Amino acid sequence: MMSINAARVGAVIRKELTEFRRSRFVVATMVVVPLVFLVFPTVAILAQHPAGPSASLDQGVGFFLTYLLVIPVLIPSTIAAYSVVGEREQGTLEPMLTTPVSREEILIGKAAAVLIPSVGIAYLVLGIFLAVLRFGADPLVAAAVWHSPYLLAQVFFIPLLAGWAIWICLAISSKASDIRVAQQLGALASLPPIALTLLLSYQVINSTLILAASLVGALLVIDCAAYLLVSRLFDRERLVSGTKPGSA
Amino acid sequence: MGSDDGALEHSGSGRRYGAAAGQQDWVGPAAIEVSHLTKKFGGRTAVADVSFSVARGEVFGFLGPNGAGKTTTVRILGTLIAPTSGSAMVAGFPLTQASAAEIRQRISVMPEAPGLYRRLTVTENLEFFARLYGLAHREARIKESLAAVNLSDRANDSCGSLSKGLRQRVALARTLLSDPAVMFLDEPTTGLDPVAAHEVHGLIAALRDRGVTVFLTTHRLDEAERLCDRVAIMNSSLRTIGRPDELRQALFSRSLAVRTAKPLARPDQVFAGLSAVHGWCAADPASGGPAGGGLAGLSAVQGWRVTDPPGGDAAGGDPAAVGTAGYLLTVTDPAQAAPGVTRALVAAGADVLSITESRHTLEDVYLELINDQEGQS
Repeated sequence: MMSINAARVGAVIRKELTEFRRSRFVVATMVVVPLVFLVFPTVAILAQHPAGPSASLDQGVGFFLTYLLVIPVLIPSTIAAYSVVGEREQGTLEPMLTTPVSREEILIGKAAAVLIPSVGIAYLVLGIFLAVLRFGADPLVAAAVWHSPYLLAQVFFIPLLAGWAIWICLAISSKASDIRVAQQLGALASLPPIALTLLLSYQVINSTLILAASLVGALLVIDCAAYLLVSRLFDRERLVSGTKPGSA
Repeated sequence: MGSDDGALEHSGSGRRYGAAAGQQDWVGPAAIEVSHLTKKFGGRTAVADVSFSVARGEVFGFLGPNGAGKTTTVRILGTLIAPTSGSAMVAGFPLTQASAAEIRQRISVMPEAPGLYRRLTVTENLEFFARLYGLAHREARIKESLAAVNLSDRANDSCGSLSKGLRQRVALARTLLSDPAVMFLDEPTTGLDPVAAHEVHGLIAALRDRGVTVFLTTHRLDEAERLCDRVAIMNSSLRTIGRPDELRQALFSRSLAVRTAKPLARPDQVFAGLSAVHGWCAADPASGGPAGGGLAGLSAVQGWRVTDPPGGDAAGGDPAAVGTAGYLLTVTDPAQAAPGVTRALVAAGADVLSITESRHTLEDVYLELINDQEGQS
């Protein structure tokens, strides 16, 4: 296993974050997506006035909290999809690949640079949602949210789902030859969490603590496997020449 | 790794590009040693059985037409792609996956496209690469590199706002950052104006003086001729390799270009009696001529068009040379042969306008080899 040089990973993160900050598209994605996915559950939950604690109230609260989980999937999927293919298109990948930086350092740096703002924004949105509930929602609804097992699950799901989206999109970006194709395919990474949200909201799947814990464990395994897969896909020769390494 | 002392004057711009010699911490005479290198992409052979070596501190020109395998060779030596077969040593390390990181630490590659982050400033671009190389004293190194390419005043400009030529210079500054032992420069003067190109030439010369090995890929044959100690001409396989003057001599016999006011009545009699002259032919000075400064302006035999030996209207094809006649004499040593030729011409009653050594350029060598191969295929 190759050793990872933290300074080089830091250099990649710093460069990526500077580029994000100066890209209107990235900044717009980081502002618009959270707003869109914050407004609906907030308005909907403020409109709830239940007569008393009930199973349907808990289910509804669970749905709104799960809905917020689309944010840590959508933001990284649009940004990470650009990450590798974008460098290829502007010709910056080849000079970078001729330096001592390893592919693991590049990938970890790129992933971390997307993960940091994505998770930060997702937690910020969750915080705003909870603050609005605390001061504006029916006390019964607020109590249901604060005591919902989903709230605890949010804390774990946000980084794990972001990791899922990042690795899937980095894999797509490493294989794609066009930025638009990569971003369109990257959007597909958000489908599984959205599907899960729908299944939970229509009670096809019953939300339980065991289910949440299982999903957290599964996501952890998937994230690690995805990292290994992307490491294999990130081959210098294929990225530079567009051909499979050793093809003869 | 080189230290920051012992700065060297950059002759081209009068600026200082810092540092002592590049990172030459290996034992052995060659900076690059390539043996039977072959690279195939599917059924297509990009590089076929190429072998050569580049000495330390040498400026080595790598020439060839588009698709000749130059960039593929650079990418192989730059550890970006693996050869299908063959082996190589770069900066003292074998070209293997295990030593790729060691090689990359000691080389720098400037690809054909500048490859800069357009949203970052010039300094931010260089700082990113300085961090990837793990350089100490980053700020000083960046300043030195920018000064070397005369870009200090654009340090805080966004790379997206720079012209193509300026971006090329930033890319060159990036290549200088790590004080490499071996530099691969792919068309470094593409897009540069003549003044900037001249500065780059000065910089490359200064690098050679410092002992940095420069592997220069270029289409500009005048550039290769001026800068390179040796050149290799590629067209998938290696067509030839050597010093430019050696290649000229190997491919073309040396000759004297004679121009007279009128065609000689009996040129055979004039030239046949000279032991220093091995052969001759009538030639039409197709370029130059009185209006253009005479034959002294001709640098290549290509400028002459060989006509039928019996003489006749040898200059008929060129309006500027109407009435004059030209002859190309094959000799072993032009300097030794010229006095005898002059005396013979004067004795024959010819009005000699000029006698010059015809010099073949590297372009002649290049065209001869490439055309020859195309003819064969």
